[in-house]
This record gives sequence, C-alpha cells and structure tokens, in this order.
Amino acid sequence: MDFALLLVQLLNGIQVGILLFLVASGLTLVFGILDVINLAHGALFMVGAYVGALVALGTGSLVGALAAAPVAAFLVGIALDRLVLRQLYDRDHLDQVLATFGCLLFLNELARALFGPGARPYPLPAILDGSIALPGGVSYPLWRLAIILAGCLTAAGLTVVLVRTRFGMLVRAAATNASMLEMLGVDVRRLCLLTLGMGAALAGFAGAMAGPIVAIQPGMGDQILILAFVVIVTGGTGSVRGALVGSLLVGLADTLGRSFLTDLARSALPPAPAAEFGPAVASMMVYVVMALVLLVKPQGLLPVGGSRR
Amino acid sequence: MRVVTASIVAAALSVSVAQAEELRIGFMATFTGPGGNLGQHLRDGFLLGVEHAGGRLGGLETRVIVSDDQLKPDIARQEVDKLLTRDKVHFVVGIVFSNVLMAIYKPVIESGAFLISANAGPSPIAGPLCSERFFSTSWQNDQTHSVIGKYAQDKGFNRVFLLAPNYQAGKDALNGFKRYYKGTIVDEIYTPLGAVDFSAEIAKIQALKPEAVYAFMPGGSGIALIKQYAQAGLSQQVPFLSAFTVDDTSLPAVGALADGMVSASQWAVDLKNPANERFVSTFRARFGYVPSYFAAQAYDAAQFIDAGLKAVGGRLDDKAALRDALRRAQFPSVRGGWKLNTNHFPVSDFYLVTPGTLGDGTRAMVHKELVFAGYADENAKDCPMRW
Repeated sequence: MDFALLLVQLLNGIQVGILLFLVASGLTLVFGILDVINLAHGALFMVGAYVGALVALGTGSLVGALAAAPVAAFLVGIALDRLVLRQLYDRDHLDQVLATFGCLLFLNELARALFGPGARPYPLPAILDGSIALPGGVSYPLWRLAIILAGCLTAAGLTVVLVRTRFGMLVRAAATNASMLEMLGVDVRRLCLLTLGMGAALAGFAGAMAGPIVAIQPGMGDQILILAFVVIVTGGTGSVRGALVGSLLVGLADTLGRSFLTDLARSALPPAPAAEFGPAVASMMVYVVMALVLLVKPQGLLPVGGSRR
Repeated sequence: MRVVTASIVAAALSVSVAQAEELRIGFMATFTGPGGNLGQHLRDGFLLGVEHAGGRLGGLETRVIVSDDQLKPDIARQEVDKLLTRDKVHFVVGIVFSNVLMAIYKPVIESGAFLISANAGPSPIAGPLCSERFFSTSWQNDQTHSVIGKYAQDKGFNRVFLLAPNYQAGKDALNGFKRYYKGTIVDEIYTPLGAVDFSAEIAKIQALKPEAVYAFMPGGSGIALIKQYAQAGLSQQVPFLSAFTVDDTSLPAVGALADGMVSASQWAVDLKNPANERFVSTFRARFGYVPSYFAAQAYDAAQFIDAGLKAVGGRLDDKAALRDALRRAQFPSVRGGWKLNTNHFPVSDFYLVTPGTLGDGTRAMVHKELVFAGYADENAKDCPMRW
C-alpha cells in the first residue's frame, strides 16, 4: 500500500467527516437541547446550498454567498419553529418526525417549484477552483482544504459560544434540565428558538460550503441527513464534541472503506466474489461502525451528562 | 410526493371532441426526485412533437395524459393501470428509467396498447423479451457504453480506469464498455448508488495514473463527480470519458468544469439536418432551454406515432396493421435518419459529443466525430421476432 495514497485518503476521510460535522453540529444541538428530531434539517442544508449558489452566481461574491446562506437558513428555521415546531416540543418523537418530514417534503417541492428540477450552478472563484500539490505526487483540491478550515473554525466557535458565554451556559443548562431552568426564571422558549435558529444557520452554512462539490438540486439534503443522524447517534446526542468525534469516525470509516476494502478483499478472495464483497461492505461501513460503537457505549461516544426527563 | 401526477396537458393541444376519433396517449416519466429533471426534458420534447403535428398525431385528435412514475416501479405499476383501465390509452410513451420500464412492460403489452420507450432500453426487452407491441425511439442501454469503449480502443488508450454505481445498470455499463475495448483496465470501482463524494476514488485515480477514466454516473452523483474531478485538477491530465454523465441536463450545473470531457450520443443539438434545426430552434423558443437527447428522442417518438398512424389512415382498431405500419414508418428523425432493427430498436449513428458553444454563445453538448455508423445493438440476435 502506497504511503502517499494512504495519507491522501486520511485527509479525504477527515474532510468528509468535517463536512458531516457542519451538518451534524446543528442537528445535535436541536436534538440534544430541544429534544426535537428535526428532519427538516436536511432541507435547511438545501436552503443554504441554494442561497449560496444564487448569491455566488448573481454577485460573484463567495463571501456574500457564505454569509447569506446561514442567514437565510436561520430565517427559515425561525419560521419553521413559529409555524410548526412550536406546537410539537412537548409531543412525542413520532409526531415530530411526521411533522418535520412533512416540512422536508414541502421545502424540497418548493425548491422544485421555484427553481425547477435541474441542478444549479455554484461557481467558485478561480483561485479556489484548483488544487495544490502534496508530497508524493498527488494534489488536493483547495476547496476541500477550505471545508476543513471552515469546519475547524466552526468547531472552535461553537465551543467558545457554548463554554464561554452566558448564552452557551444557559443552553447547556437547558440540555441538562430544562424545567429547572424555567423555574429559575429563564425564558426557555426563547432559548429554544435561538438554539433552533443556530442549528438552522449551521445547516445553511454547511450547504453553502458543500454546494461547490455536490449537485444542488431538490432533495439534496435527504441523504446527508441520514449520515448526520448516524454521526450524532455515534457521537452521543446533544454533544458538540461527540458530533465532531462521530463525524471524523464516520468520514474516515466511509472513505477508508471505499478506498481499501475492495483491494483487501482481492488479496483474500478470488476476483469475482471480491468485486461483489468490497463495494457492498464499503457502503455499509458507516453503519457497521455505528453498530459497534453502540454495542460498547449505548449512549454514544461522548454523551451529554445528566438526565433530561 | 405525488404532485405532477396526471395533470392533463391540453395547453396547445385541442380539446377532445368525438370520442371515436380521439387518440389517447399516456405519457409516463419521472418528474419527482433526483431524476425529475429528465422527465421534464422528455415531456417537453414529446409535447413539441405533438404540437408540430398540429395537435393531431396521424390526423386524430390527440389527448396526452401525463403521469409521474416517481422513479418507483410499484407506483409506476399503479399509474399505468390507471392509464390503461380508466383512460383506455392507445399508447404508453416515455419512461426515463429501465427499472420502471421493466415494471410496466408486461401490463402494457398484454393490455393491447403499444408501448414506446423514448429513453430506457434494458437488454432483456431488446433480446428474449422483445414484443411486437413495444418500440424504442432511443437506444439499447449497452450501446452508448460500447461506443465509448470503441472510442477508447480506437484512440489507443492503453490503461483505463472504470467507475460506476453499484447496481445492475452500473455493471451493465462497464460490461458494455468492455465489448469493444481490449486494453488494460487498471481498476474498476463500484460506488454506492447515490454517492455524492468521490474523493477516495479520485485519489485512487491520481495514484494509478491511467491514460483515461470511463465513468457512468447518472444524475446528481455525476454532477458531483464532474465538479470534484475538475477541482482535483485531473481534467487536464487524464481524459474523462463518460456516458449519461456529462450531458445537456448536467451541463448547466457544471459549466466550464466539464470542458474537454467526452461522451457519446446518437444525437447532438448541432446535427445538421432540417428536422433537427427546426426542432432545436422551436424547442428553445418554446421552453427557453437547450434540448437534450431525452427531448430529441421523445420528439422522435411523437413523429414515429404520427407516421405510423398516418400510414393506416388513423385506424386504431387494427393492431396488426398498425404494428406493420410502425415497423415501416418513415419520418424525418432529428438524428438524421430512421431505421428499425428486427427487435424494434433503432439502428443509429453514434457520435462523440463534448461541451461546446452554439452560434449564440450558449453552452451545449456538440458532436465532434462519428464513432460508430449504423450501430445495431447486439441483443437483436436473441429476439425471436422476424419481419
């Protein structure tokens, strides 16, 4: 096995993981703190990608695109809270899943009605559209490095907000015991609204970051949503650190599985079964990892302490 | 997700009058989900074909009932039952995806209606399961892949890397490629269906340094692959050959990133023949976008039905006469000629196509060279029909 290739695949795995973290961090906040399963999170990812693409195409400004996307997703998230989720905070998870799944379908169809079923262009500035050479004769796309950087900054920013600010302290308190916080005179509803908005903004930002490397079309968020749920379950729901660890684990398992499993299978099996076995197992890797983690730690890797209910 | 279902498209078409003289066509395609774009292309092409026949295919008042299969074979079965029993359609036309076509194939041909595929062409239907009630105005699935394989062989690419989604059509695609390609295959990778990240595969390509890559990656996955391939700086180093990946449906989303990537098609927007020039100019004026091969094939389907019905004087009751007329139908196909093989699939010229610009500067897939003249698909030998 080529060392340079292994290095690049590790980098790829980290990048896929970081992109997942951008989506999963918002999801885990909403799930962990509000105890709401928000399937519309995938649609907020799509909103971010669409707004990013429209701004990037319309103004040519990438900074504008990356700024507008979270704002738009924040507003959509607030609207979702006001119109739908507000009534569902105290209902059970099935009701929330049904309602937010409805929102997801609605937003997907709205995107189709407004922009058509085809994929949208999302041009990058020329300097970011290329790649840089890495040692070992391989090159790495600059935008993927930008995604890694953005993910690290987001993780750091979230940590600062949650650990160092009064808002973050209240959010963590709400995650641990919301009714106690309410009795202490904190407006938990408003806190929930802001948390949901923050989660939505993170999803929107993730969409704007992912837009240049994926197809921007209705329903684009559905698939990443599933992976994001795998991440937060693996990492421990409600924990941003857990989301980061879970994302990296899932990203690496997926990428390394796709990279090397077929080759490994070929060295152990005859060619025909190896060709079947490799891709089949590679596409299951993230779920295998999740199952193994849950077997050992049913609450996920880094669960939030305390009981909520 | 039932939205577009069964909206009656009567816009430019005439309102139904005398029941006996009415031709009813069920137009089924995928309008929702990731493949929804393709259904729109297919429908617009077909409706333009009906419009160019004055709203009267074969001189009959024509009613087109549009139905959405949602890319779900079970839904397609239900929808086609409605078309056959409630609407009593004479033709079922359209069908983007092969798995949908396989699901509705038997119900339609056993009902006595004619089935015209304007896109999907799975090999069983071209071979042992061929039927006198079924016609294609597109191609058999393997053909495009085989044409690219022939191109890679002709160009002398010695080491090729293959990439396809891990499902039946992906495996068929790579086998189709290998039919005429005899060089070395450095690796063949099957990715999960619907994959959006190809970083691991691209790193492998960079490490193996093949002389060319062949990819079959339809839909949103293909768009992601094109973007990521170009961003990795591979476009200039390793030629990107593909089928159903770089085309007029993905080009608007990827823009200049697809420059230099090649594909194969039996049709291109810039083919020089009067029928095609009329089709392209009216299509663009009417719908405001550049037609794809999907639209061209569906336009031909309308012309094909028109020609067949005209030959029998619009008589829908004599199925044997209509079948014979469809077999012999002659019309100005936008691909520049029309000939049917014994298995009811067209025999077409195939071209190498690549992103280029049209006269007015619009980007579109244009043809570069003829790769395969009069290509009749190999499955015909397994079809028992002789005529």
